[in-house]
Amino acid sequence: MHTSDGIQSGRIQKAPENFLDREGIRTVTAESKNGRRHFIRQAFAAAAAGAAAPMALAQGNPVPTEGGDTNILNLPEHSTGLGQGVASNGGYGVPSQFESNVQRRQSPGLTQTTQASVSFAPLQSLFGIVTPSGLHFERHHQGWWDIDPSKHRFMINGMVKTPKVFTMDEIMRLPSVSRFHFIECGANTAVEWGNVAVPTVQYTHGMISCSEFTGVPLITLLEIAGADLQNGKFILAEGGDGSSMTRTIPMSLITSGEVLVAYGQNGEMLRPENGYPLRLVVPGVQGVSWIKYLRRIEVGDMPYAAKDEAVHYMDLMPDGQHRQYTNIQECKSVVTTPSGGQVLLDKGFYNITGLAWSGRGKIQKVDVSVDGGRNWRTARLETPVLSKALTRFNIDWVWDGKPAIIQSRATDDTGFVQPTYKHLRAARGTRSIYHNNAIQSWLVQENGEVKNVQVS
Amino acid sequence: MSKFRKVAFPFVLIVASFVALCAASVAHAQSTPYPGVGRLATAKEIAAWDIDVRPDFKGLPAGSGSVEKGQDIWEAKCAQCHGVFGESNEVFSPLVGGTTKEDIQTGHVANLRRSDFPGRTTMMKVATVSTLWDYINRAMPWTAPKSLKPDEVYAVTAYLLSLADVVPDNFVLSDKNIAEVQQRMPNRNGMSTQHNLWPGKEFKGAPRPDTANVACMKDCIPEAKVASMLPDYARNAHGNLADQNRLVGQQHGANTASPENKSSLAAGSAAPASVTPVKPPSKPVDPALALLGKHNCTACHAQDRKVVGPSFNDIAKKYAGKADYLRAKIKSGGSGVWGPIPMPPQTAPDGDIQTIANWLAAGAAK
Repeated sequence: MHTSDGIQSGRIQKAPENFLDREGIRTVTAESKNGRRHFIRQAFAAAAAGAAAPMALAQGNPVPTEGGDTNILNLPEHSTGLGQGVASNGGYGVPSQFESNVQRRQSPGLTQTTQASVSFAPLQSLFGIVTPSGLHFERHHQGWWDIDPSKHRFMINGMVKTPKVFTMDEIMRLPSVSRFHFIECGANTAVEWGNVAVPTVQYTHGMISCSEFTGVPLITLLEIAGADLQNGKFILAEGGDGSSMTRTIPMSLITSGEVLVAYGQNGEMLRPENGYPLRLVVPGVQGVSWIKYLRRIEVGDMPYAAKDEAVHYMDLMPDGQHRQYTNIQECKSVVTTPSGGQVLLDKGFYNITGLAWSGRGKIQKVDVSVDGGRNWRTARLETPVLSKALTRFNIDWVWDGKPAIIQSRATDDTGFVQPTYKHLRAARGTRSIYHNNAIQSWLVQENGEVKNVQVS
Repeated sequence: MSKFRKVAFPFVLIVASFVALCAASVAHAQSTPYPGVGRLATAKEIAAWDIDVRPDFKGLPAGSGSVEKGQDIWEAKCAQCHGVFGESNEVFSPLVGGTTKEDIQTGHVANLRRSDFPGRTTMMKVATVSTLWDYINRAMPWTAPKSLKPDEVYAVTAYLLSLADVVPDNFVLSDKNIAEVQQRMPNRNGMSTQHNLWPGKEFKGAPRPDTANVACMKDCIPEAKVASMLPDYARNAHGNLADQNRLVGQQHGANTASPENKSSLAAGSAAPASVTPVKPPSKPVDPALALLGKHNCTACHAQDRKVVGPSFNDIAKKYAGKADYLRAKIKSGGSGVWGPIPMPPQTAPDGDIQTIANWLAAGAAK
């Protein structure tokens, strides 16, 4: 089979001309003529060993030489037998047994204990913008708990007229809102500040997830307590677990109505690993501020210099100073397929897809390059495009079998454009650990295997 | 709710000035449009939970503790994770090291400017002594947080500060002198809020982000060169990537358990499209495994690698069949057998300790 630009394919049997729209064909043809292959081949020569051998055709879906596919000819058991009944699995459904590879995972050697550690969400296997609750990334500082919600209490004190205690029943009586927001650890992509360190998007970018959160705006609860919104410029949020994590949050963010005291996640209660029964939702701000097992809010007139804003979650600059109270997760994006550790099964058409987000607002556009950042095309943004939520992008691509370096570059509605590593390192050096929002590069090798790379 | 606030407060003022008699009776209803939700927190409840200590020491309880007393507590409750001198890198980042007498003078830790200095300790980074007191009080020891009394927190804080030469060995830290100690913190001048990443205007930080990329579309760079990629030997360092991708899809996971075939497309490098799913283990789970978590054994021990203490596999190998010895050892604690870091005596119920000892002696099967 021959496509319009002469790629031989053993996999796509129907005429690919019909598969591509006219514009797609024009794009492919133009790209093949603009010298792109030539310079990437040069760029890649140092990294790739071995000469390009004649292409072996993947036999994923060949036309059978005689008869037909046994998966069609021999009717399977599920077509000829009786299936399972309703409300199996104890009344709570679980993913297909064939999805067992899709798991959150630890990065080996990153931490010595599982209680003060991280598990990464499998971004390479997710669709759309919602992270299934069971695959939401985890970060615990002192282990997780499954807390009896009938015994959980929430307190507000400090610069308030009346310090208050609320039960879960009472919080759930109040007017609620449901909003989609991303939560990203400030240390997401931290291991890549200096150079490439991990193989897949799960480990480079998997400390981000996006859910529909349901809860009560914190401002509602503060007003019930009669908080001093003029002089109380800061709040301290405190967890009820062993570490009783604390973080400082500006009152101006709370009076905007964005900060939620949340109990719901994707239509059900929060998962225990994500703070059941109550957590703070601080849109656009790094995950460490989204206090889990939330037990108390204190209203005060100065920042608190809690451990996780005075020892960790500070950004070291080349001059030896730490930037303290760095909270916003700036505009960032990543291609999730094709991505590191995956293999393109064949030449031909692919849908490049990925995620973009900004802690300052909505995603305005995402551009994608397949030549390491020389030329860019604007991707399709899938709806919904929401403020401080993940946004899904897609763009058509026909792979010609040559080395390609795939990148995505997001722009948010403040006009901020996601930086390259060169920009970031010029501004912050390589030792700041947190807030790495650089453009990610994936090298598609001639053998189809995709590698995590950084380009100069 | 914010709408209510803007509208309702002027309304209350107007009503109050005209109808003074009614003001008292409507006051409660006006203070909240959500009657019946929430109640007054008692002084005792607030005292039980409001434990935070601010940089200006608001919230710090009265009390004191010596370096000497702190050392005793440290060796009993802190050293197993942090090392006797706060230097351990086994479980958490080191607490102490990298600061100098000059840093105490300047309030800037000079080693933070060096890109070749290995590691950043807590004492190199922290600017506020209140942070140390607060976190030790709320979250330490790691497996028994909030168990230290205020005088013990002062003592442990004093010992930690003495290890970094912020206070002398004979020092007694108290609520009376902690503000003076703050003036000796090695990195007390090391913080900046001159950035654009605070979501408010309270710090008067930088007006703009510190990077300014532009969305160039064509011929943006002359040539992309690969500057960094994983070496071949690290290809399988995160496990077989074929097992970390869905069985179907436009890409499959690379089979990193086999050497990479660099010469041709998809020749054996992709996972086969049809794989029998892994069946979950059906054998019964040993009750000892649950006890390991319940009694925090896994805070220091792992199944197959050294953490603070030896792995369960190594213990099982060394003491095969010796359940009685292991039971006694778990109860008494000790040091010197596997390394210098002591294991504290364990206070779990005898039956639980016996179950764990039996499990170890029988091979520590998972």
